[in-house]
Amino acid sequence: MAEIQSYTMNFGPQHPAAHGVLRLVLELEGEVIQRADPHVGLLHRGTEKLAESKPYNQTIGYMDRLDYVSMMCNEHAYVMAIEKMLGVEVPIRAQYIRVMFDEVTRILNHLLWLAGHGLDIGAMTMFLYCFREREDLMDCYEAVSGTRMHATYYRPGGVYRDLPDSMPKYQESKFRSKKEIDRLNSIREGSLLDFLEAFTEKFPGCVDEYETLLTDNRIWKQRTVNIAVVSPERAMQLGFTGPMLRGSGVEWDLRKKQPYEVYDKMDFDIPVGLNGDCYDRYLVRIEEMRQSNRIIKQCIDWLRENSGPVMVDDHKVVAPTRVEMKDDMESLIHHFKLFTEGYCVPEGEAYAAVEHPKGEFGIYIVSDGANKPYRVKIRAPGFAHLSAMSEMVEGHMLADVVAVIGTQDIVFGEVDR
Amino acid sequence: MTDRYETLAARIDERFGEQVTRVASICGELTYEVDKGDLHAVATSLRNEGEFGFEMLVDVCGVDYLSYGRAEWATSSATGTGFSRGVEREPVILDESDEFDPKRFAVVYHLLSIHHNIRLRLRAFTGTDNPPMIRSVVDIWNGANWFEREVFDMFGILFVGHPDLRRILTDYGFIGHPFRKDFPLIGNVEVSYDAEKGRVAYQPVSIEPRTLVPRVIRDDNRYSEDLKDRVDG
Repeated sequence: MAEIQSYTMNFGPQHPAAHGVLRLVLELEGEVIQRADPHVGLLHRGTEKLAESKPYNQTIGYMDRLDYVSMMCNEHAYVMAIEKMLGVEVPIRAQYIRVMFDEVTRILNHLLWLAGHGLDIGAMTMFLYCFREREDLMDCYEAVSGTRMHATYYRPGGVYRDLPDSMPKYQESKFRSKKEIDRLNSIREGSLLDFLEAFTEKFPGCVDEYETLLTDNRIWKQRTVNIAVVSPERAMQLGFTGPMLRGSGVEWDLRKKQPYEVYDKMDFDIPVGLNGDCYDRYLVRIEEMRQSNRIIKQCIDWLRENSGPVMVDDHKVVAPTRVEMKDDMESLIHHFKLFTEGYCVPEGEAYAAVEHPKGEFGIYIVSDGANKPYRVKIRAPGFAHLSAMSEMVEGHMLADVVAVIGTQDIVFGEVDR
Repeated sequence: MTDRYETLAARIDERFGEQVTRVASICGELTYEVDKGDLHAVATSLRNEGEFGFEMLVDVCGVDYLSYGRAEWATSSATGTGFSRGVEREPVILDESDEFDPKRFAVVYHLLSIHHNIRLRLRAFTGTDNPPMIRSVVDIWNGANWFEREVFDMFGILFVGHPDLRRILTDYGFIGHPFRKDFPLIGNVEVSYDAEKGRVAYQPVSIEPRTLVPRVIRDDNRYSEDLKDRVDG
């Protein structure tokens, strides 16, 4: 009988642990991986090409659909790039709202990551716990933008509208008793800020809960400690950013090092790992959730004290309100021009990057002075991380592949674009 | 532009001299144009020499300048027929010449120095070659691997010295390079299930492309020449 030395195995594209549509071609020797060849692009929609065919503002919605678990952060990079080219200064209140929602988004993303990562390597309960808290944050999205996921809330020049004074409430239905509905609505009586403040009070306790389940859990440690160790030099060489880079011990966070909006006024710490393995990256992300919680609190305090505009008062970029449009000729013209043609951005190029929950999310725009971008390049952190897949799984067991996919926090919306 | 960037610019000018040309920026970013022959040497120095220390390649981006500055809708003078939203679709300019315009394809590299906390953009035009060719930087920054594969896939730019230059985002067996400006937005082929053959079959696209909002370039005094020439944003 011929002796089989190594063989090739196909993983995905439809596999629960593939986090979407990843096809991996694995070369195995026994159960040990020799090489992994990720085949991506199954979710490629040509977002960059679509953006070239639309006025600037119409692409904001596409940004939500890139990394569809950290929607507002994607928008943020895009509107920042446009603002940079237009030279628009965003009102301070809008900057605070953006920072607050960036951090809400970071928690949303990390919760989904923890839920999925936990489920992949055997911690079923995490999934239920994390989705419980995610639900509250989705409600915040709904309150400001009307949708739970694809918000299109950030606009060049500020945010679409100010924070609402009331939260959406549960309606009576045959699936829920009156008592249940009263309980759910009791925290939704006040404004969005009240709701979010109640959340920040409760959330550190929830993170403690997750940590009780995982941090000292023997099975969890067996699955993550010393798996996919990346040295800091390699991490930089491979273009890692975000928690992947910090997990390897490089203290690099755009919020601190190249602060945008009002991050320079925030008091928060950057967690870094020591060993660069899956367990350290887990710890980094857990701590980031706590730090995000701190930032949200600071934003809430500021937003309560200070009111003001949330959009620049420049009708060459920002459309006038409908009320203004109805009784002012000038506003009507601006409104019409902005919605039929959009605004022209001066000729040139700009790169704007934000510290996205997954890493550095950058938008590079080339403009030739038209109302549509000439070229938009989306720098997705997941793309760089996934390219290191082969290196990270080499020499590990087949079961560790899912741990690595989990630790990279891959979302195919942004990898494939 | 901050002093740090000016210092860096001065050092780059001093170190590389003729090899690099500074490009004016509208928002305080530092961009240099590099000849494609010098790219590899310049990039190696930028990474390895301590005063630059660009240890990270953030992004590699292809740009096709084929229709740069071309609008679909004249805005300069009034017309006798009035303004209509309808746009005569320009026929797709298929550039199948043996030699491209030397300013057609560019590869843009975004570098980051974590040590100095500074960013730099390099741009190299690929010259007249068809297919366009440029030296790969994978040996300098290993992270460039997939970025260059993507540029190859989308623009058909060949990276000389790349270890594994395959398509990455498009379908198996895809023909063409979709982000080139002469590739139509709706594509060239569509797929449907062929009941007779019992499989999914490709056929030429049957839908008409349309323009919802024409591309216009307006002379805006706010962004006039005096601003364009400003390097310091």
